[in-house]
Amino acid sequence: MKKYIFKRILMSIGILFCVTFILYALMRSLPGSFVETQAMTLSQGAGAKSYDEWLAQLNATYGMDKSLIPGFFTWLSGAIQGNFGDSWKYAVPVIDKFKEVIGVSVVMGGIAFVLQIIIAVPLGIIAATKQYSRLDYGITAGALIGISLPTFFFATILKLIFSVHLGWFDLYGLVGRDYAQLDAFGKFLDMGNHLVLPIATIVIVSVGSLMRYTRTNMLEVLNADYIRTARAKGLSEHRVIYHHAFRNTLIPLVTIIGGSLPGLFSGALITETLFSIPGIGWTSYQAMIIGDIPFSMFYLTFIAILTLASNLLSDILYAVVDPRVRIA
Amino acid sequence: MSDPMKNDKDKNSADNAYSLNDDRRVKVLSPGALVARRFFRNRLAVLGLTMLVVMFIFSFVGGLLSPYGQDEQFYTYTNMQKDYAGVVENEDFRYTEADGQEFSSILEAKFLLAQGKGDPSFENKDVTYDITQEGDELYTISTGGTVLALASKDIINVEDGQTLSFNTRLAALKAYGAGETSFSADGTDYTLDEEGNIAANGTTVAYISRLVVSPVENGAVISREVREQIAMAIEEDQESVTVTDANGEPVDYKITYDPSKKTWSVSQSTETYVYDRYAAPSKSHWLGTDTNGMDMLTRLMYGGRISLVIGFIVVIIAAVLGVILGGIAGYFGRWVDNLIMRIVDIFYCIPSLPLMLILGAAMDALQIDPMIRMLYLMLVLGFLSWPSIARLVRGQILSLREQEFMTAAEACGIRASRRIFKHLIPNVIPQLIVTCTMSLGSTIITEATLSFLGMGVKFPFASWGNIINDVNNAYVMTNYWFIWIPAGICLLITVLGFNFVGDGLRDAFDPKMKR
Repeated sequence: MKKYIFKRILMSIGILFCVTFILYALMRSLPGSFVETQAMTLSQGAGAKSYDEWLAQLNATYGMDKSLIPGFFTWLSGAIQGNFGDSWKYAVPVIDKFKEVIGVSVVMGGIAFVLQIIIAVPLGIIAATKQYSRLDYGITAGALIGISLPTFFFATILKLIFSVHLGWFDLYGLVGRDYAQLDAFGKFLDMGNHLVLPIATIVIVSVGSLMRYTRTNMLEVLNADYIRTARAKGLSEHRVIYHHAFRNTLIPLVTIIGGSLPGLFSGALITETLFSIPGIGWTSYQAMIIGDIPFSMFYLTFIAILTLASNLLSDILYAVVDPRVRIA
Repeated sequence: MSDPMKNDKDKNSADNAYSLNDDRRVKVLSPGALVARRFFRNRLAVLGLTMLVVMFIFSFVGGLLSPYGQDEQFYTYTNMQKDYAGVVENEDFRYTEADGQEFSSILEAKFLLAQGKGDPSFENKDVTYDITQEGDELYTISTGGTVLALASKDIINVEDGQTLSFNTRLAALKAYGAGETSFSADGTDYTLDEEGNIAANGTTVAYISRLVVSPVENGAVISREVREQIAMAIEEDQESVTVTDANGEPVDYKITYDPSKKTWSVSQSTETYVYDRYAAPSKSHWLGTDTNGMDMLTRLMYGGRISLVIGFIVVIIAAVLGVILGGIAGYFGRWVDNLIMRIVDIFYCIPSLPLMLILGAAMDALQIDPMIRMLYLMLVLGFLSWPSIARLVRGQILSLREQEFMTAAEACGIRASRRIFKHLIPNVIPQLIVTCTMSLGSTIITEATLSFLGMGVKFPFASWGNIINDVNNAYVMTNYWFIWIPAGICLLITVLGFNFVGDGLRDAFDPKMKR
C-alpha cells in the first residue's frame, strides 16, 4: 500500500511537471500586452526612460527576457519555494493575494459541499428504492434539471427573485454597506446573509450529479445476489436497504466524495464572479481577463494540483474502503 | 393476470394453427429495436427527444422563416428632451470698469474680502481703495476720488447696436435698486419699467436682469427675444414657454428647476431617429429587441444554431481523438497504453474554462475576427475534452479484449486495424453515444458561459450565452425580462433535452436494466 501511494505520488509529480511546462509555454506565447501597456504608461511620465528601456526592464523583472526553457526553470524553482512572483493586477505577491482570498472560497465550498451530501445521498437512495415510481421520475428529472441549469442563468434568476423583487439579499458583494458599523455577531450574520444566494446556486447546480451517482450505484447494489438472499431470508425491507444495500453503496460514494474534497479549494469561478464574492475564483477571473500571467500561472497550477490530488485521493480511498480491491 | 390460462382458452382456438416453436408466435426483435423500444418506454427520454427536436427546428428552420436577418437593426422615432439652455440666477458680483480705468482681478478679490467683512476700504500695493455702497447690492470702488469700477449683482444687457456709458449704467442700476421709474445720465432721460427695460426716447436700449441665460451647445447663440421670454417665464414660475424663433415659428420649451444646483434648464423636445433598443414584445417583434435594436427572436434562432453547431463540432473533435487514442491505448497495451494514458492525465489537469478565459483575453488584445475566434474556441474546447472519452474507450476495450469473441477474431487471422474498428469499437459505441450526448449538453453550457463572460462567441454573432450577457447591466436584468429569460430557457431546454436523451439511452443500452 505504502509503495503504491509512493509510486502514485511520484507519477503525479511527473505529470504536474509536464502540465506546468505546457501551461508556461502557452502563457509565454501569448502577446505580452500587459507588459507593453505598462511600459507605454511608464515611459510617458515626465523625464522617464524610453519605451524600449522600460520594456526591457519590465521583461527582466518578470523573467520574460529569458528563452522558454531557462525561463520555465526560473519560474519552477521560484514556485517550488512558494514564490510565484508578483501579480500584475494586484501588485502584491501572488501567494499573499491567494492567502487573502482562499478563506471565503473554502467556507463557501465547504458549506455547499455538506449541503450537497445531505440532500443528494438520501434522495438518491429513495429514488433507487422506488425505481420508476413517480418519485423516482421527479428526483431524476430534478437532478437533470440541476445539471442542465447554466450557473449564470440560474444565479441571475435567483438574484431577480430574491434580491430585486423580494429584497431579501444584496445583489453583489460579501459584506453590506454598513458592515463596518456592525458588531462581531452582526458582521457574521451579514456575511452569512450575503453567502446564501451563492451557496444556493452552487448546491442546486451541482447536487444533481451526486444524486444520480448515488441512485445508479444503489440500483446496482439492489440488483446484486446478496440482496436477493437477504430478502429471501425474510429480512425486513428497511433492514435490507439501510443495512445491506446502503453500506455497499457507500464504497463508491466515499470514493467520489473523498475525491472531490480537494475541489473545495478551487473556488467557484462563475458563481463568485456573478455575486462579486472576493474568493479565489473571482480574483483569478479578474486576473485572467487582463492577462495577468503570474497569477494565471499560479491559478492553473493550483487547479492542476487539486485535480491530481483528488484523483490520487479517490484511488487510495477506493483501495482503503473496499477490502476486495487488491493493489497490483 | 391472476389466471391467464382460463382467459386465454377461447382465444387459443384461433392460435392453435401455430406450433409452439413457430417464429410467428414470437416477435423477433433486433438488438437495435430492443434498445429503441426500451428508449421509447422511458417517458423522460421521449420528453427530452421532443425538446431537442423542437429546439433544432427552432434554431435551424426558424432562422429561415424569420423575416429578419441576424444582425438587422431596427430604428424608431422617439421624443428626446434636448437641453437647449441653462439659466442661473447671478450670485456673484459683476464688475464694470469706468471709462479709461482698470480694475484687475486682484482688486476684485480684495474688494470681495473687504465687502464681506463690511470694511469701507481696502489696500493694494500702498494704494487705498474706498468702497461706497450705492444700492442694495451695488457698490462703487474709487481711489482718490476717481471712480474705478462698479460692482453689482444685477446685469445690464445692452441691445444690439446700442452702447451705454459707465455713468448711465451706474445710474440705471441705482434707479433699478431703488425702484424708481426714471433717471437721467449724461444729459439723457431714461425710463425704467418694472421688468428692468431701460428706454431712451421710447426705444429700449438695454434691460436689467439677474438671470443669466447661456446656450448648452457650444457656439449656439440665443437671441435677445428668446432670452427675454425665457427669463420672463422663469420669473413668472412657468413650467413651459413658447417662443417664436427667428423664422417666426413657435417652439415649445420645457423649463425645469433644479433646487440643488439653483439652475433652470430649458429643454426642447425634438424627434430623433434612433435604434429601437429594448423595445417591448409586440406584433412585429415577438420578443422585443435587444440593446442594438435587433429582433430578439431572430437572434435567439441564430444563437441556437451557433450554440448547437459549436457543441457538435467540439464533441466530434473530442470523440474522434478520444476513440482513436483510447482505442490504440486499450488495444496495444504496455508502453503505448502507458504513454497515451500519461498524456491523458496531463490533459486532464488543464482546466478548460480558465484557459479559455486567458486565451479569450489574449484574442481580445489581438482583436481577432469573431469568426476566427469561434474556430479557435471549438478547436481548444475539443482538444481539451478528448481525454475523458479516451479513458472511457480504453477501459471498455481493455475488458472487451479479453473476451472470447476477440480470441476468435484473432484466431481467424483478421488484421489488427480491422479487429479494432470492426469488432471492438462497435461494442464501445453504446457507451460512447451516451457520453457524447451528455457532453454535448455540458459543452453547450461551457460555450454559453464563456460567451456570457464575453470571452466566447462575440458580436455580431449571436449565441445564447452572449444574449444573456446583457444582464450584467442590472437595469436590463430587472426591467427587460424578454432580453435574457427566453435565451436562458432555450439553453436550459436544449441542455436538458441532451441530458434526458443521454440518460434514457444509457438505460436503454443496458440490458441489465429492468423493463
